[in-house]
Amino acid sequence: MVTKLPKVPVVVVGMGWAGGIVSAELTKAGINVVGLERGKDRTTADYTMGHDELRYQHRQELMQDLSKETITYRNTVSGKALPMRHYGTFIVGDGVGGAGSHWNGQTYRFLPYDFEIRTKTIERYGIEKIPAWMEGLNDWGITYDEMEPYYDTFEKMAGISGETVELWGKRTNPYPTPPLVKTPLMKEFEKAATSLGYKPFVIPAANLSEAYTNPDGISRGACQYCAYCENFGCEYGAKGDPAVTVIPVAKQTGKLDLRTHSNVLELTKSGGKASGVIYVDMLTGEKFEQPADVVVVASYVFNNSRLLLNSGIGTPYDPKTGKGTIGKNYCYQVTAGGSQLFFEDKEFNLYGGAGALGMEIAEYMGDNFDHSEVDFIHGAGIRSTQYGDRPIAVNRVPAGTPNWGAEFKEKSIKYANSNFPVKTQGASLPHKENYLDLDPEFKDEFGYPLLRMTYEYTDNDRAMGKYMSAITRKFAEEIGADIIDTNEEQGPFNVNKDSNTHNTGGVIMGTDPEKSALNTYLQMWEAENVFVLGASAFPHNSSFNPTGTLGALSYRAAEGIQKYLKEGGLLVKA
Amino acid sequence: MSEQEKKESVLDKRSSRRTFIKNSGLTVGGVVLGGALGSLLIKDDKSTTHNTDTQNHAKTPAANPNVALMFFTPSQYQVTQAAVDRIFPEDANGPGAKELNAAIYIDHQLAGPWGSNVKDYRLGAFYKAEENQGPQTKILRKDLFLAGLDSLNTYSNKQFKVDFKELEATQQDEVLLAFSEGKVELYGKVSSSQFFNLLRTLTIEGVYADPMYGGNNEMIGWSMRKYPGSRMQYVAEIQDEKFIELEPQSLNSHMGH
Repeated sequence: MVTKLPKVPVVVVGMGWAGGIVSAELTKAGINVVGLERGKDRTTADYTMGHDELRYQHRQELMQDLSKETITYRNTVSGKALPMRHYGTFIVGDGVGGAGSHWNGQTYRFLPYDFEIRTKTIERYGIEKIPAWMEGLNDWGITYDEMEPYYDTFEKMAGISGETVELWGKRTNPYPTPPLVKTPLMKEFEKAATSLGYKPFVIPAANLSEAYTNPDGISRGACQYCAYCENFGCEYGAKGDPAVTVIPVAKQTGKLDLRTHSNVLELTKSGGKASGVIYVDMLTGEKFEQPADVVVVASYVFNNSRLLLNSGIGTPYDPKTGKGTIGKNYCYQVTAGGSQLFFEDKEFNLYGGAGALGMEIAEYMGDNFDHSEVDFIHGAGIRSTQYGDRPIAVNRVPAGTPNWGAEFKEKSIKYANSNFPVKTQGASLPHKENYLDLDPEFKDEFGYPLLRMTYEYTDNDRAMGKYMSAITRKFAEEIGADIIDTNEEQGPFNVNKDSNTHNTGGVIMGTDPEKSALNTYLQMWEAENVFVLGASAFPHNSSFNPTGTLGALSYRAAEGIQKYLKEGGLLVKA
Repeated sequence: MSEQEKKESVLDKRSSRRTFIKNSGLTVGGVVLGGALGSLLIKDDKSTTHNTDTQNHAKTPAANPNVALMFFTPSQYQVTQAAVDRIFPEDANGPGAKELNAAIYIDHQLAGPWGSNVKDYRLGAFYKAEENQGPQTKILRKDLFLAGLDSLNTYSNKQFKVDFKELEATQQDEVLLAFSEGKVELYGKVSSSQFFNLLRTLTIEGVYADPMYGGNNEMIGWSMRKYPGSRMQYVAEIQDEKFIELEPQSLNSHMGH
């Protein structure tokens, strides 16, 4: 039995950054919002015992319970997909705050090049630079200059600490707070970068460098460099997190009806629109139908595609014909080509750090270097970071050392505070056979099909990784480590090992309804009262962490939803 | 006062309440949304800086109430102790995994929800996986571990005519190497390398997880690699050119906040 509830103006699925931003903006404008979150409510008081590496990092306290729902995975379209039965790679957040509670806080804008990637690539190198399998590479339908005010709003709300970088797009304002501190490790990177002729910068961070009050009146204290960010919530509230920024703002309006433990199973349909959602109370098993004028799908990348596919909203992507859009352009992130440095007589205070603490260069990002003579497009950030090395997770030893026994113990202790990486974070561009659809066999606990991921690294990724490995090697030699291990080849994607957690695509934006699911307000072409928010909207993944762009697009979507509530119809002409 | 003691005394002062408040910017007005943080401000100064209680007790396993079995039989426990001590042996750095109570940690983990895979996807059929798809086995961690322990003895008896724990260290290493390479068939045709990976992971966890989980006895796992455990801030330390060694603190030091 399903209990039908009274209709509301807006229902939001998921209470992470995207859902939180939309809820804050709409409720501030006087609009009633029902927020549905499948996990529990959370505040900083939940993190008093937060420095527990086992509980949070290795037992995934803040992550989705995979016994109820997971994804299935295969490398190629001809393979059989099997479930990701436990975590090994990307982690999926759960509860109020979502991935915005456990993230590292590295907060970038994408490059002007990213938003017009197809046009700019053709302009500089000709159409032949884009291989046939990369036909999904398209402009986003919005320029960097149009995105700039939304980035600015997000950065001010979250309290981003950073310094202006010359090789990125123009900024209207500096970052609201100064960059994080430079540690000796970062100074080693900085010195090498400068002597190699690059312009190093401190990575922009949602870990506050100083006390800050944002335009919504939210005051937060500075980062303590306690080293518990990337799988952890911040007990100080120093890390920008929806649970300490936008969600309290929405709650204060009295216009947000936040329902936790409420797992949305599908969207209901009426005509060419959605009429609401069906959700289940995860504690009692009771089912509800919540009708709404506007449905905002703001859950994680995977679930956004899955909800639409399970609801029959939008046309599923077919890799054989290239037709359809839901599930299209799934992209990951390429981290091949890093070098690991080991020192015989230097020790760093690696037990301290922050999730966004590090230095980087921009010279090999996007189209900042000439690609005429290389067989790939786009690029990577070259960086050294100091997250804080935790002892279960981090036991780096020089290549060739066994991973157990006497030699392992000796070397892992010897180098515990005497190593650091020069690594890469590279763009991931679409391949026509990298996509998401419904699994034909495996189901979730309610009997709905799981999402199936088909993904393999591309020739572009491998060529880029190889190219970047020479650069990280050069850095390592300039720094002068005693042992340098460089990873030169990108191996096959392994769902249990590859540890980057930046998933994008599946419900992408663009200008052409044949090639994209959403317009630039993240409004669905095929269902005008459905807005799908998150990194799922990215047509490709740049060499940056996705949250800054996700946040900026959420502010734009919030603007679009208000416009839609007043005027109706498609907000952008196809 | 020795140089080391002086240094520690300075460090104690660094993490005093006043510095903490200054660094966290809480003296600035406005609404502070950190509920956890708010309660930190009324804590006793001493609680952040002097936490040697856990070190003053539990000198012998008998005095540590954590050292009791929830899951293993005594003989399974002994095989586990022998195995973990080869994964992470005693050496010049300090004790091995056995003395650090890693086998107690493993016993407690296997007895709990993680040992029964309660947060893992368990629905649908179990097919043979490609290497990139991760293990696709129905067997629970706790059962895989017991099957592995049995096999360690069976295999040791086949090769050397004695149980695993009676073998010389080099022979034990030989057995474990064979297991790590997947050369032994376990119950349910699970690869021995899957058991080995579980054993290896649990040993590292047992050496380095917070002592409240039963391992990392007296925080010596942390001390050996100069890891300070769970402290609230490293604002000064991360900027210091010199390595600063701090005495480890466990999560127990966060109680009362």
